[in-house]
Amino acid sequence: MTHTSDSVAALQTRFGEAIVRVEEFRGETTVVVARDALVDVLRFLKETPALGFSFLANLTAFDDWPDEPRFNVVYQLRELTHPTNLRLKVLVPGDDPLLPTVTGLHLNANWHERELWDMFGIKFTDHPDLRRILMPEDWQGHPLRKDYPLGYEEVQFTFNFDEINKKKPYATE
Amino acid sequence: MATTTAAAQAAHEHELLETTVDELKHLFTPRVATGETVLLNMGPQHPSTHGVLRLMVELDGEIVVTAIPDIGYLHTGIEKNMEAKTFLKALVMTDRLDYLNAVGNNLVYCLAIEKLVEVDVPPRAQALRVILSELQRIASHLVWLGTHAADIASQSVLFYCFREREKIMAIHELISGARMMTSYFRPGGVWRDVPAGFEEAVRDFLAYLPAKLDDYETLLSNNPIWLDRTQGVGVIDGPTALAWGLTGPSLRGSGVNFDLRKSQPYSGYEQYDFNVPLAYNGDVYDRYAVRMQEFRESLKIVDQALRKLPKGPVITSNRKVAPPPRSELGHSMEAVIHHFKLWTEGFNAPKGEVYVAVESPRGELGVFLAGNGGPRPHRVHWRTPSFVNLQPLNLMSANHYVADVVGIIGSIDIVLGDVDR
Repeated sequence: MTHTSDSVAALQTRFGEAIVRVEEFRGETTVVVARDALVDVLRFLKETPALGFSFLANLTAFDDWPDEPRFNVVYQLRELTHPTNLRLKVLVPGDDPLLPTVTGLHLNANWHERELWDMFGIKFTDHPDLRRILMPEDWQGHPLRKDYPLGYEEVQFTFNFDEINKKKPYATE
Repeated sequence: MATTTAAAQAAHEHELLETTVDELKHLFTPRVATGETVLLNMGPQHPSTHGVLRLMVELDGEIVVTAIPDIGYLHTGIEKNMEAKTFLKALVMTDRLDYLNAVGNNLVYCLAIEKLVEVDVPPRAQALRVILSELQRIASHLVWLGTHAADIASQSVLFYCFREREKIMAIHELISGARMMTSYFRPGGVWRDVPAGFEEAVRDFLAYLPAKLDDYETLLSNNPIWLDRTQGVGVIDGPTALAWGLTGPSLRGSGVNFDLRKSQPYSGYEQYDFNVPLAYNGDVYDRYAVRMQEFRESLKIVDQALRKLPKGPVITSNRKVAPPPRSELGHSMEAVIHHFKLWTEGFNAPKGEVYVAVESPRGELGVFLAGNGGPRPHRVHWRTPSFVNLQPLNLMSANHYVADVVGIIGSIDIVLGDVDR
């Protein structure tokens, strides 16, 4: 029994149904958690002395569009005394991209959550400062969504200036 | 119809998101509104912010009340761009993230691919990776030391440091042809074996640097102005640093012994004997002291790796991931097919996610890589140390002089390419 499998077992006993499934891939363990239980699970992992996952190493997401639920939000946790990694994953549907903030538990989640709002349009309820972080504040859309085209800008010449201008409503203010 | 609704929704969202100064009020104390304190805009074009960092600083006289970083001026959408390229072609973009640690970015990206598609790396390639990563750490620390000292009014150190860094750039040029953006590490190993003269060049550098390090310490470590500007400035204690996710020398300057090279060794770091330097006051001086020690530890690692540099291949023999050697192309049809498939289509990665982290000169540099069965990454996320380490800047600079903010930014060693990605 490793610390990871102990922790997964502890989570399953404590939260039961809220632990949707456990994925093993390339030696990394990912626990898929129901959205409602997320904060409780993170608090349990952080504050139970025997578990001690107190360090949020990373917080990110990826988009499975057009599959639903499309957003996978990933919390990379670490226990620091005998460094052990554990990943939590929450599935977020595209028509209701809402998650509770974890800034109350992990201070560094602040900017990570702002980045997720900026890049994926996932809102975090009760976040202290949910503004865009990397894109300009008047940017439209959320670039890392899979239905957001990579795009490029066509070079404008005098003969096709208006034609191209029509196609890029956001370039002119 | 669908497009018009989407456009209308976007326009509505756009309205909601337009930020005015009023909407930033929650970041500052109410004293700003009464005019009791002053809001100062610092950057994004300011020589001492190490790139295009903008700070909104609330000042009470000359004392900082709050310092709010505003980032994104160097955002280049690398994560999005990488999704449109094959794993191999996306590699060259990784150099551009943290441009002072190009080799480290290559390393962590290659490690993530190797984990995702299960490729082994030959021992010689691993040792070369360690040597180059540590030389890159020294080069990065040299830029840090030079600019940091220049920020705190010691201009001469800057020129000395860049003179030393030039030697590492020459080694990079020797092995890859490029001085900064090497793209020398490839999934499964390294591009090609190091040329004759590499070991000699590294040994020369190992013999050259220690005396120079002593010179810098003579210039700075006991200099009363330096001590005055750094001791007791920008203090962050260990538990707070951990709560903010600080890693690297910035964390170890606060007395927390955490180094990914020791705790989760990669590329054979477990074979080398080195110490993790620590300091305990958590101020600008202690972060400086830790990095000065790290120079010497890196030299130790390079020396050991060079001594037992094994012979053998430098890239995996798995032809699905690594190209066949040039010599095979003339007489093997299979090699030609592999070569063609690799450079046109790339290799497929299974559906799944991995997270790999290495100790970059700035802290934990992590890559979250998701595959979807195809030849392109489904998602690449860079957990960059500069981004995370910049967050507690407000905490560290409160109640200091505005001139000290510059020193504090220097002491957490941010690179804006790393912050903004």
